[in-house]
Amino acid sequence: MTNLLVLQLLNGLQLGVLLFLIAAGLTLVFGIMDVVNLAHGVLYMVGGYLTASFAALTGSFWLGLGLMIPAAALIGLVLEYVVIRRLYERSHLDQVLATFGLVMIANETVKIIWGTAPIGVPMPELLDGSIPLMGPLKYPVYRLAIIAAGLAVAVGLYVMVNHTRLGMLLRAGATHRNIVAALGVPIGRLFAIVFMLGTVMACFAGGIVAPILSVDTGMGESVLILTFVVVVIGGIGSVKGAFFGAILVALVDTVGGVFGPIAMRAVLDPAAAGQAGRTLAPMLVYILMAAILFARPQGLFGARS
Amino acid sequence: MTAPRIHGRVVAALMLFAGFALLPLVAWLADDPFLVVIGARILAYGIAALALDLILGFGAMVSFGHAAYLGFGAYAVAILSRFGITDLGLHMAAAVVVSAGFALITGAISLRTRGVYFIMITLAFGQMVYFFFTSLSAFGGDDGTGLRQRSTLLGSSVLEHDLVFFYVTLAVLMALFWLAHRIVGSRFGRVLTGIRENPTRIEAIGFAPRRYQLTAFVISGCMTAIAGVLLANQAEFVSPAFISWHRSGELIFMVVLGGAGTLSGAIAGAVTMIVLEEWLEVFTEHWKLVFGIILVLMVLYSPRGITGIIERLMRGRS
Amino acid sequence: MTHKTPLIAAALATALAAPALAEDAPASAGDDVLRIGLVYTLSGPAAALGEQARNGFMLAADRIGDLGGMKTEIIVVDDERRPDNAADKARELVARDQVDFVVGPIFSNVLMAIHRPVTETGTILISTNAGPSNFAGADCHPNFFATSYQNDQNHEVMGAYAQAQGYQNVFLMAPNYQAGKDSLAGFKNSYDGGIAGEVFTELGQLDFSSELAQIAAFQPDALFTFMPGGMGVNLVRQYDQAGLGSIPFLSAFTVDETTLPATQDAALGYLGGANWAPDMDNAANAAFVSAYLDAHGAVPGTYAMQAYDAAQLIDAAVRKLDGDLSDRDALRAALAEADFDSPRGDFKFGVNQFPVQDFYLVEAIKRDDGLYQTSLREKIFDDYVDTYAADCTMP
Repeated sequence: MTNLLVLQLLNGLQLGVLLFLIAAGLTLVFGIMDVVNLAHGVLYMVGGYLTASFAALTGSFWLGLGLMIPAAALIGLVLEYVVIRRLYERSHLDQVLATFGLVMIANETVKIIWGTAPIGVPMPELLDGSIPLMGPLKYPVYRLAIIAAGLAVAVGLYVMVNHTRLGMLLRAGATHRNIVAALGVPIGRLFAIVFMLGTVMACFAGGIVAPILSVDTGMGESVLILTFVVVVIGGIGSVKGAFFGAILVALVDTVGGVFGPIAMRAVLDPAAAGQAGRTLAPMLVYILMAAILFARPQGLFGARS
Repeated sequence: MTAPRIHGRVVAALMLFAGFALLPLVAWLADDPFLVVIGARILAYGIAALALDLILGFGAMVSFGHAAYLGFGAYAVAILSRFGITDLGLHMAAAVVVSAGFALITGAISLRTRGVYFIMITLAFGQMVYFFFTSLSAFGGDDGTGLRQRSTLLGSSVLEHDLVFFYVTLAVLMALFWLAHRIVGSRFGRVLTGIRENPTRIEAIGFAPRRYQLTAFVISGCMTAIAGVLLANQAEFVSPAFISWHRSGELIFMVVLGGAGTLSGAIAGAVTMIVLEEWLEVFTEHWKLVFGIILVLMVLYSPRGITGIIERLMRGRS
Repeated sequence: MTHKTPLIAAALATALAAPALAEDAPASAGDDVLRIGLVYTLSGPAAALGEQARNGFMLAADRIGDLGGMKTEIIVVDDERRPDNAADKARELVARDQVDFVVGPIFSNVLMAIHRPVTETGTILISTNAGPSNFAGADCHPNFFATSYQNDQNHEVMGAYAQAQGYQNVFLMAPNYQAGKDSLAGFKNSYDGGIAGEVFTELGQLDFSSELAQIAAFQPDALFTFMPGGMGVNLVRQYDQAGLGSIPFLSAFTVDETTLPATQDAALGYLGGANWAPDMDNAANAAFVSAYLDAHGAVPGTYAMQAYDAAQLIDAAVRKLDGDLSDRDALRAALAEADFDSPRGDFKFGVNQFPVQDFYLVEAIKRDDGLYQTSLREKIFDDYVDTYAADCTMP
């Protein structure tokens, strides 16, 4: 049982850093630019497809990932320039409608280019295989690498936000946007950089999961809601909140999903516990969010409400 | 919001209703009975969009879990019918009672939050309802269940006829539009709009904002549940698909597309959304691409949705 | 608005008298054109399945030419896997396009939604995949045929195989939705051994690390799972990566021709239950598989095969009636004869108009041309009748 718990914790951590990579961009765009971007999940999907294509083209996963990043940055800049820029002064509802339009455009374009069948990306040989934990349990090296990469990005982002001039502007922008603009900071350029950064992180997440999850047209939608949950739990605009929110959501999802029913079996008879567990497991994340917002309506680390 | 504009919107709604009333005649002339079938679906969604606009447009409460009430309505039909209760009135009554209770509890909790947090907490409650109904094995779980018959009206199975069903749905829409219009125009409605504009001032005048908002939330939930009852009858089928967050999102899109805070715009949004979808599908397999482009252009170039376009046209003419 | 009343009354009266509302009246236009509506999921993550089925049907239609010797018009619609929309689209096919047959869909929830609107108008509905228990049993309908199977059957095949292998400890895993629950129930119908664990995953779940951790902890004799589409692709790849390859992988609708192009070598040797495999040895099958390969550059799966058979079924029945579809009883009788050569060999309908057919154990292999497919290993059931047929009494 402890073995299983350790494994589940690792799995939760892995899902957590992945969610963080996506949520960090979303929360920055949200908090600083005040744009609700439903198309953020789609960027994750595009990252997966681009990595798959570049990897197939070059024959190397690493080259594929490396080529994907500048492509992602370019996509972010173009998207910001063509559509997002025009949404800054608009209501959240207009933004929701327009970015939902982007979701439809992206999903259909991806379908036209890559088809509907899921695409697999071969595991890079360097990280293939698994390492023994305890007893018969093993853990794939690649998943450990994802955790490491995610934590590295988190640390990098932390340093950038707290110890650079750009980071200072980001922090200021998240809480006092108008004042930053009034002080003469070129806010347009700042926004473009933030959006590009968010796009690259989401695409990077899509790229690094490609070897363990297949790339398909539904992957953007599957993370979108969960990412919003993370952002809201953490508090809009807070990168720290996105990190802890992501880890919390992921742990509740993975550990709670397995140990919840087991715990329930202790109080209920097995059949009823099974039924209740199956009903409750998918709700856990939402119950968590409702409970947190009930106690703290602005999220765990939210500055503005 | 000036008086002539409100008047204009009532006229717009009456024109919409007149258009609907004539639809079966068009269907008959065009020898296309399917128009009436799709017309009833549009009307049912029109009711739901109208209900959402009441809180979204006038109370600035963006509920991202409103599909839950469609679900309560739809499952009221399925569950009561299973136990031999087929009366439309009873189905609606049950749906309304359950929805009122759910809206009261979740609304009270959700209204502690604002803005995007409100959107997300209503989503959370919507998803809980969704997963609850997917676990109802007796009603097909995820697959849902077909209805053996439509609800009965005063003991008669007259709703089986698509045309009768269409007109009954239209009558319900008109009645609920009238109700919503009265609510918006009343003191209650003005307080609600005031809370949207400036909650602090309303509180200072001596109103308790949250009580007003909660009341509106409950009314909206109940109206949506009635739409759910009709939608289940229209499809003759009930499944958790009615409750997914996509459906909640579509309701929001309908309201925003039509122009939030106009009531008639919400109905126009439902019409546009469904007609556009049906129409684009005819031309291309990749209709979603075209639909997405239209949505983006619409937002970029017409800030207040269809209502905005029409009002600009009207102003241009006069 | 009073002046409109007579018009509305007139429209009302006409529509109430419209024959389309009467039970069991043919909706077809009565001309010389055979109209067929295909309802498949062609968008979203599950679109690959719908595309296979559509391709299979179209392939037969192309090879035969005029189905039933009649000018044929085929209308393809995308159900988007949204049941209530699908119900409307089915109505549209029946009321506006006046089709003679509706063919499809992939998913049971869509079938549940379109069944009544199609069958109650006298139009024939042919399912080429979904086969929920109620339509095989108590709710069987004279206007409903299936060229696929009853949903439980492929799972029962794997249960019987596990039983025959003498497994004592099988780990069961399926998505937390109706088909998932039915799947594990089907497996247990024909398996009496011990259950190491039973896990329901979230529908659409793509990361199975925690479930795999449990499997590793339990070390069962075998895993039985049902993970259609993208879920299956991910499970297979992760199962292989987690080093669990030594535990036999039994599945249904998980390792097949729609997922193998993505899983590739990771799925080799994994076992499944099916009513057919591309390497089945008969002339009809060889022609079907090679034609599909030529047309689409991919190996067909059961989704394509069953849709191909639906086209053959329609062709045979309409030909038998010389294109006269006005006598519905005769049409149903001609369909029930199922007088065509199925790629799966023996094919006949049971009393509930579901197939009575053989079921096999199949294994994922790599072909000489580098593509992947499932391959027959052994016959598990002969002329297998589903367990719900006994509840069916055709009116």
